[in-house]
Amino acid sequence: MPSDLRDGRIVIVGASLAGLRAAETLREEGFAGSLTVVGDEPRPPYDRPPLSKQVLIGDVPAEATALPMRRDPDAEWRLGVAATGLDLLEKRVMLADGESLSYDRLLIATGTRARPWPNPEEGALQGVFTLRTIDDATGLAEALAAGPRRVLVIGAGFTGSEIASACRERGLDVTVAERGPAPLVGALGGTLSRLATLMHRGHGVDLRCGVTVTALHGDGNGRFTGADLSDGTRVEADVCVVALGAVRNVEWLAESGLAAGRRGVACDAGCQAFNMYGIVINDVFVAGDVSRFPHPLFGYQMLSLEHWGNAVAQAEVAAHNMLNPGPLQRPHLTIPTFWSTQFGLNIKSVGVPTYSDHVVIAQGSLEARRLAMVYGYRGRVTAAVTVDMGKVLDYYRHLIETAAEFPPPPGAADRAIAADIPIPSDVPDPKGLSHEPVVALTGYLPDRRLMVVQPVG
Amino acid sequence: MDSETLLSRITDYANRPNPYPLYAELREAGPVVRQADGSYLVGTYHQIGALLHDPRMSVDERSRTNPPPEEIKNPSFLRLDDPEHHRLRTLAMRPFGPPHTPGRVNAMRGEIARITTELLEALPTDRQIDIVDDFAYPLPVTVICRLLGVPREDEPRFRVWADALVAAADVRPDEDTTEQDEAGRQAGSEMGQYLLDLAEQRRGKPTDDMLSAFVNEPDRSLRLTPEELTATGALLLIAGHETTVNLITNGVLTLLRHPEQLDRLRREPQLLPQAVEELLRYEPPVHMRERAPLADIEVAGTTIPAGTSVVLALASGNRDPKQFHEPDRFDPTRPDVEHLSFGSGIHLCFGGPLARIEADTALGALLPRLGAARLVQDPPPYRQNAMLRGPRHLFVQL
Repeated sequence: MPSDLRDGRIVIVGASLAGLRAAETLREEGFAGSLTVVGDEPRPPYDRPPLSKQVLIGDVPAEATALPMRRDPDAEWRLGVAATGLDLLEKRVMLADGESLSYDRLLIATGTRARPWPNPEEGALQGVFTLRTIDDATGLAEALAAGPRRVLVIGAGFTGSEIASACRERGLDVTVAERGPAPLVGALGGTLSRLATLMHRGHGVDLRCGVTVTALHGDGNGRFTGADLSDGTRVEADVCVVALGAVRNVEWLAESGLAAGRRGVACDAGCQAFNMYGIVINDVFVAGDVSRFPHPLFGYQMLSLEHWGNAVAQAEVAAHNMLNPGPLQRPHLTIPTFWSTQFGLNIKSVGVPTYSDHVVIAQGSLEARRLAMVYGYRGRVTAAVTVDMGKVLDYYRHLIETAAEFPPPPGAADRAIAADIPIPSDVPDPKGLSHEPVVALTGYLPDRRLMVVQPVG
Repeated sequence: MDSETLLSRITDYANRPNPYPLYAELREAGPVVRQADGSYLVGTYHQIGALLHDPRMSVDERSRTNPPPEEIKNPSFLRLDDPEHHRLRTLAMRPFGPPHTPGRVNAMRGEIARITTELLEALPTDRQIDIVDDFAYPLPVTVICRLLGVPREDEPRFRVWADALVAAADVRPDEDTTEQDEAGRQAGSEMGQYLLDLAEQRRGKPTDDMLSAFVNEPDRSLRLTPEELTATGALLLIAGHETTVNLITNGVLTLLRHPEQLDRLRREPQLLPQAVEELLRYEPPVHMRERAPLADIEVAGTTIPAGTSVVLALASGNRDPKQFHEPDRFDPTRPDVEHLSFGSGIHLCFGGPLARIEADTALGALLPRLGAARLVQDPPPYRQNAMLRGPRHLFVQL
């Protein structure tokens, strides 16, 4: 490693999972210069997945979710101050308190925030929550502990479903309003979304699909009392959780000239940022939820992933590349994974389920509520989702990495009767599914991971 | 070809003290090495890992056609595939671990420490000791008896059965195993009846142990049948100590062979949990597992026909230089020790968390006494078993 890359000033903007893991990796790999981590929240890095699960059930206080540090990153922490701008020419990050930080290399890891309710006045009603931060979770957990008449959850993606599940576990009445035809349909496609519907209803959730919430109402004192739905019905509730997904924190980059937009900051496979012309900016790197990066296994589509595991893996690659010259840099080639627990089920995913045209239930069954569903695109395995069967995922990950033929080969134990009969994956909005996946990953260790192009036919 | 005899040579008792050069030869010969009897041997880390996760690899001996299986009666979940394996393992886990009993194993720390202290205090100070008989064997036996609800004083009885069952489960490619198999069946049936009687005594009168939990389960759909209870109970009783005795003994042996690392651990005992992982990698208690594919499968370019015996040499995978830097070096501070010693995938060792605490406690308590200790005999005499490899005695002068 050239010594000049080990030295100098590195600034990381974003003090959550990706920012922390990058800081640790920089020191691990021998960075001896000055390191500053900027975060808009006043707290040291904490873990968000428990906020919609254990914290809401009351098993763990929100404050107990601090991320353990693998090593002391020996950084200057600028917490509670947001970055407001970036000057690529001067190599400076502007801060909300009027100061600015100059850098030799910069990592952008500002992540996402909860998408707010579109009507700010309604969103400000007491009893209306979003869920992203410790403060959000603390407030929501208190509101749930107070025993509301009913909770209204708007949106039945993973977060909305987990919140509904936590409410039922606490014995609270809950209504879920979802614009799509079923919960989780956008992430997992038709078949599993029908299982999700059964799980919601089976656990006593008042699930309303194909509806939107048109208005939130308050009493005269600014307290939330209920909502109107597009089907003309009204839901009376004391608590409302807006779970409409995430917004990427890119506003501070609007004037920077970087390719930063609604879907995040575009970067190459080595985490180096693109400017608005698609030219790589050498000293600016991106990692975590705020990034968009091309993945060869999924047709070089620019993926934006809001996954815990991706934040860790990408931060490690970005940090490595910040300290190494081009030929020694590594690609971010990990296979996306995520997990969710809801209604007593453990859901795990590997690959990109939305990058699919067909699925098979390879093992287990919907009836048993324990299964492995494999997703294929044009005859290749591209994803797998397990329900209460997580230990088999490594096998399917290997099929994805090697672009194995879809459906998967015969012989699996607990094989579903219809394991050979692909059914449409029924993922809404299949746009972007246009390339043939003819590449596979090879090599086992992150630093030895390569891509091979497989002959077609 | 020499590589066709690898399994025979690995299981040859003469090579028990040091099978590692044979494992190096195995990895050199290819990821997948056909044996003269038609079975296959796999010794590379990544191929073993992939096969442990492959749902087409059956642990059920009835899936095997080459060589054909003996008649199998009442297999435990260790030898069953999903979905039966999953059902039984989940039921067995209910009184043992998460999600239903998450604190159980951790809550045993105090008791494990107490048993350890008692054993150490009883050690003779004026003569050499046998780490196996005086310490590494009685510790996990006492723990598993307590956990399961088996009277400790019955140890001489079930030791005979356990010996027979473990011998029957060993990999012995060149021997006529009819006699061992029959002895194993007989022992299994006697041990089953014994456990069933113990469970019956606890029906309606639960004591705080797993047999009580099994027999007093109020939900009919979650209750083990008598056959399932005997198979599961026997598995837990045997697996609960036959492997941990190797882990502790191999641990002492390895530390005494590496005085610098021993000194370091004596100075920095907080390194012990990590050192236990390295011990698991370096001298694993279980050297091999056997599987058979349910369909023809391809592994690294070799097609293995359905029903063929495939022996996964976990101990060889643990020494694979493709995964571990300088794999033959014992390094208690080695980072990311993702060894194969507990297996992986759906059959991942049920009692791994308990074994870790036992080894941690046992070695931690022994450390202060090992400073001036010396091995009386190196290599020590080994157990016959090739699969559960470990010293039969380990004489040490403290």
